[in-house]
Formats: sequence, structure tokens, C-alpha cells
Amino acid sequence: MAARTFTIDGKHVSADESATILEAASEVGITIPTLCHLDGVYDVGACRLCLVEVTGVPKLLPACTTRVAEGMDINTDSERLRKYRRMTLELLFAERNHVCAVCVANSHCELQTLAYTLGMDHVRYEYTFPRWPVDNTHSLFGMDHNRCIMCTRCVRVCWHIEGAGTKNVSGRGARSQVISDLNQPWGTSETCTRCGKCVMSCPTGALFAKGVTVSEMERDRTKLEFIVTAREKKQWIA
Amino acid sequence: MVIDDLIEIAEKEKAARKPCVVRCCMAAGCMSSNSQGVKEALDRAVKAAGLEDRVEVRGVGCMKLCCQGPLVQIDQEAPGATVEVQTIGKGPLYEKVTPESAASLIETIKGGSTDVSAADPQHPFFTQQFSIVLANSGIVDPERIESYIAAEGYHALHDVLREMTPKEVVDALIKSGLRGRGGAGYPTGLKWATVAKTASAQKYVICNADEGDPGAFMDRSVLESDPHAVLEGMAIAAHAVGASQGFIYVRAEYPLAISRLQTAIKQAKQLGLLGSGIFESPFNFSIDLRIGAGAFVCGEETALMASVEGKRGTPRPRPPFPAESGLYNSPTLINNVETFANVPAIIRKGADWFAGIGTEKSKGTKVFALAGKITNTGLIEVPMGTPLRKIVEEMGGGAPDGGTIKAVQTGGPSGGCIPAAALDTPVDYDSLTKLGSIMGSGGMIVMDETTRMVDVARFFMEFCMDESCGKCIPCRAGTVQMHHLLAKILERKATLRDLQKLEELCDMVRSTSLCGLGQTAPNPVLSTLRYFRQEYLDLLREDALGPGANGHSSRTTTPAPQPAGGN
Repeated sequence: MAARTFTIDGKHVSADESATILEAASEVGITIPTLCHLDGVYDVGACRLCLVEVTGVPKLLPACTTRVAEGMDINTDSERLRKYRRMTLELLFAERNHVCAVCVANSHCELQTLAYTLGMDHVRYEYTFPRWPVDNTHSLFGMDHNRCIMCTRCVRVCWHIEGAGTKNVSGRGARSQVISDLNQPWGTSETCTRCGKCVMSCPTGALFAKGVTVSEMERDRTKLEFIVTAREKKQWIA
Repeated sequence: MVIDDLIEIAEKEKAARKPCVVRCCMAAGCMSSNSQGVKEALDRAVKAAGLEDRVEVRGVGCMKLCCQGPLVQIDQEAPGATVEVQTIGKGPLYEKVTPESAASLIETIKGGSTDVSAADPQHPFFTQQFSIVLANSGIVDPERIESYIAAEGYHALHDVLREMTPKEVVDALIKSGLRGRGGAGYPTGLKWATVAKTASAQKYVICNADEGDPGAFMDRSVLESDPHAVLEGMAIAAHAVGASQGFIYVRAEYPLAISRLQTAIKQAKQLGLLGSGIFESPFNFSIDLRIGAGAFVCGEETALMASVEGKRGTPRPRPPFPAESGLYNSPTLINNVETFANVPAIIRKGADWFAGIGTEKSKGTKVFALAGKITNTGLIEVPMGTPLRKIVEEMGGGAPDGGTIKAVQTGGPSGGCIPAAALDTPVDYDSLTKLGSIMGSGGMIVMDETTRMVDVARFFMEFCMDESCGKCIPCRAGTVQMHHLLAKILERKATLRDLQKLEELCDMVRSTSLCGLGQTAPNPVLSTLRYFRQEYLDLLREDALGPGANGHSSRTTTPAPQPAGGN
């Protein structure tokens, strides 16, 4: 355990050498936008929203998977980064059918919130309007692929927090999708423990508890947070 | 197995040679035009002519001039002598041999004549080749380890195990200046040194044989023609870095390469050249095959390792690099087929010899697969620094039917198009990068004036879109939008703003994608925009540009007869 000192947006910061740029930044109150990151669950660096500039490094680095280093000069906010982040969101909105007005997660949606905060006021790319199904076969939850952004949070909590291994990814590219077990209706899954962690982790309205309608979705994220912090603090080990 | 056994096998193999060797190409290219049938016909003809004691019909690997296959070459010596390695490949190379015409070739051995045409051995396609990787290709029988041993095979492995320390091997590789042949050109010696220095009880060596660039078939030919060279290179690498287990990740679309590798591994195991205590040293090494299931992205090293582990083949952010934490979180050395195939020759002939070939920063040779609008399609191996013009015009014979070469595409979907004006560029890693393309794994697709560059860009973008793994957003969704914009341009429905959007997306996808596939996906668009921008502008909608719009002189100087807004 050794401390590292470096700067984030001109601010002098110190953090443990094992910390990621994202963790170090959040400790000093600097918010870096993320979509695939979920506290307590391992990172995959997939959404590319948390990319930051580091002086002397030609490539942009994902804050969620890059460890801090001595003397690093990190810039989390620039015209170039803001532009890329807006474009990433635009690409997501054009990719599937994100219609906020009729979405259970309206005003409880991380994608929507990010679009507001990052100033994405319109989408310049052609909407692809793909035809994705809605899986309503589960007795408690539903999965609307039209709202999915493939952050794979649900897959990771299902495998690594719950340990059920129900959720998976199939296909590739624009045809990739979250599936249950061997790509079967969620309701027929034999591994699903009905714990609902996938629903709690979902940033959009792709996974939802049945019985809610437009804008009614409330995620019990605190429950998930408790589980992962208890894990990290080893509160379950006597 | 000790060195005497190896020498004995080689001597026995040489003693069994006959004065006449008829070599028939049994690599995938010629096999697809029935070289199997040709070989059987040759066997029958030899028997019918009663020449069995004088003539050997040998199935060999690629003889390079793939467009003229099936290829058969006949080498003969004066009666009483045997054909030595040095004289092999000097006899006439017959083209487009059929099972029906095979018998007439055997007649020529007895002094008869044949109607089958033979290639001109003085053609630059043959004379300008410089073979290191392909030295055994078309000479040895890839299905017999004895044939490889007779060509000095596994001698380098012996020398390495018995006479060199791992550090000396790494130093030799550094000194040779060999750079990775998979595309990026990372110094091989440096990579080996990093893995060697990482402390771990378990390390792995992986051979990346997931060749997937459209139009590229170098690695397939090496595996089909000389699989033992790759195995020997891997074993030398394993000794150098301290690994005991190797994997060859080969795509399922290469069934012949897979079968030859299986045979080669089995034979090497039988002779004790793979397994435990190789050459009675403490070195153990085994190699297993892993078959790819058709995803292009699995050629990316982190995705490849995930796939070897049985997981979904998606890349992960680096660092940690494989040299530090790779397969099963152990230090892993991962090199491409051609890189490994260079290794035995470097050890055998010395690092200085290798470093004397090529240019200052790119040493050795490079194998290229010539494809597209070029007369002589096939495989060539040339020293680094050979001008592109020499490759495509002299060796390749230029565009067929008197056409003019417009551009050369290198590096597959990660590369770019080099315009004809830049054909005098020497082919090495740095020169090609400067031109906005890359060396890549060695695919070289030639285009003539009938090729529309926007079509080319759209083709490669479609490829990247289909092959994106879907993990990161810029690559997954960005390639879809770029492909859409390119299609819109080709439909003549795009405006200048669409072109701007396309360029903006190219920049964004390149800068923000997770792995090399996404980061390089815009390259074909960027390079065609750089050299053939006018073609894009000419395809824009009639009303897309007002009078005097920059760079669009053809439309502004001659008023279009049809009314604006035709779409």
C-alpha cells in the first residue's frame, strides 16, 4: 500500500496506488460520466464515456480501469472529451429505441440524465429503429431489449454478486444482446434466483419490475450497494 | 532424441532421395482446383511408366504462383545423382495441370514433350523473391517430419536447448531486429524479454493463427506448407521465456492447416521434439490447438486469450498487457505465425545475418499475399524496403488486361489505400504508417481504375461493422453509422454535412474505441478520403453544394442541365 500523488483537472490529489482514476476523482468530488461502471462490480471499460486525457499519453484512457500513477496529469473535461461523450450518447440513442416519454425509467434513467447533463440536445445520426422483442415471460421482471445499451452491468451482477450466471451476452456487433441462460425466455430459466439484482443495476428501463408503468420505476440501488460494500468490507466474514 | 538421432533421420531421408522429384502443390489454393486428383494421376503415371525407382512424387506446400494452380514442378539430375535441396526448384514449373495432362509431364522425364505450359523461371515473380519464412514452402512435404528435418529442421531447437541460455536466445532475437509480423510491428525480442523477466511459475506461448483480413492468406500457406517451422519457433520461444505450454489459435475456416498442424504435433511428439525432456534437456513443452469459431475480433490478443479460456471472445482494456497477465492471468507470449516461422532461421543463420536484410528499422523479409486486380496473384516474400512498385508491377505483373493500377490496399480492414502515385514507397513498417496505411499482416489488394474507392471504404466498413464484438459503444454503434453514411454517399443522397459527420465519426471511433479493431476501423475511409476525396465529392447530392463550394470544381464549372434537388 503506497500513496500516489498526481493532479486531476489541476487539483493536487493523492490516492492509494491501487485506486483507479475514477475512484480518485470521485473522492475529491470530480464527477466523470460513466454508464457501464457500477460501484463494487468489476469494470470492463466498455462505454468509453469515462475516457480522460493524461498528459504525455497519446491515447485517451478509461478512468474506470486505469490505475493512478505518480505525477500523472489527468484532465477529465475538455472540449474534445465533451464532444466525444455527446457523440457516444447520440450513437446510443440512434442505436435502439429509446423513447423516454413511454419508458418506465423516464426521469429515473442514467442515460437520460447523462444526455441532459452533457448537453446532448439532439441526435444527428439516423435512427436505426431496430425491431427488438420484449421478454415478459418472467413472473416478476421484464426485459425490454429496445432500451438496452449493452453495459453488461446485469450480466456482471448476476455472475459475480449473485453467482447465478443467468444473464449472458450473445451475438456480436449491433446484433449483440443480453440473454437468459441458453438464449431462452427468461421465465423458463432454471438458474434465475429471482433476486432482482439485474433490475437494480440497470441504468435504463431495459430491465424492470413488473407492474410499473411510465416513469414509475424506482430502483432499490441501496440494496445492491449494501451487498457490495458488505463484500468489500468483509462484513460477512466473522 | 539426441542430435545424432536427428542427423541420422536427415541422412536417411537424403539417402532415400531419387534422381527425379515431381513436386505437386497440396496447399489449399491448388487443392481447390483438384491438385489431389493431379497428384493421384502423377502417381499412376509414374507407376505405368515403370519409373518408381527413379521418380518421387511429393505432395508439397505452396509454390507461390497461386493463380496458375495446380502447380507441378519437376527437378531432375543426371542418372545416378540425387536431387539435393540446393538444386530443388530449378526445374520447370508447370501451370494449370489437370489429372488428364499429368501423364504427359511424366513423359518429359523420359525425354518426351508436353502441351502443359510452364512458368518462366526468369520472371521477377520468382527471381525477386527472398525466402526465409517460405524457404521450405513447396520443397518439403508438410506431412512428413523427416522431410523437414532433412532441411535442417529442429537443428535450431537443439542448439538453443543444448548450447544457449534463455537470455542468449532473447538477446539474439533483439539483435536480429525482428518485429511482429501480425501487423503492429512490435519488436519481438523486446516482447520476449518482457515475458522472460516476469516471474511466474506458469507461462504460456500462444501462436496467433487467426488470420482474418480479407484477401490475406500468408499464414494459412505457412501452416499448410511448413507447420514444423512454426512449432520449432514456438518451442524456441518457450525456452527463451520459460513457458511449458503452448497454444496455436487457428481459425476453423482453415481445415487443411488444422489437419497439417495436428499431424505435425503428433509427429513431433513421437520423436520427442515436443513433450518432456526435449533433446535430453530439462525443457518440457507441449502444444495444443484451439480452433476459432469465426470471429475476426479473436485475432486481437486479449480477445484471443479469452477465447482460448473458453469465454466470449471480447477484448479487454490493456494494461495489463499479456506479457504481464495474459492467459489464465499468467505471463503470456503471443506472436503471429510468420513471426514464429522466422525464428528457426534466425537461430540457425545468426542474428547478424537476419539484421543484414531489410531496412534500418524493419529487418528481414515480409510475406505478402497478392490479390485483386493483378496478373500474378499468389504469395511473395521480399526483403523489407522493397519498393511497392517492384512488388505490384514487376513481380505481380501489373493490372491484368493492360489496366492501370490505381491503388494498393494493405493491412486489411485496419489498413489503408496507397495511391499509385506513392508506389515508389519502400515497404516497411514506418513508411506505410506515414502514408496512412499499415504493414498489417501482409494482405495486398491491388485495385485498378475501375475500382471506386468509396465502394472499397464501404466494403471494409461493412466488414468491421459485422465483425465488431459489440462490447464498446464507438465500435458497435459507430461503425453502423459510418457504414450508413457511406451507403448514403454511394446512393448519391448525401450532402457535405454527411461527409463532415463521417469524418467526425472516423475521428471519434479511432480515438475512443476499446481495441485495435475499432481504433483502426476508420482507416480505410480516412485513407481513401486523403487520396481520393474528389470521388467522395463527386458522389454527393446535386444540390449538396452551392456554387463555388470548395473542392467541387467539376460541378461548379459546368452547370448541370438537370434541375437541382433531383432526389
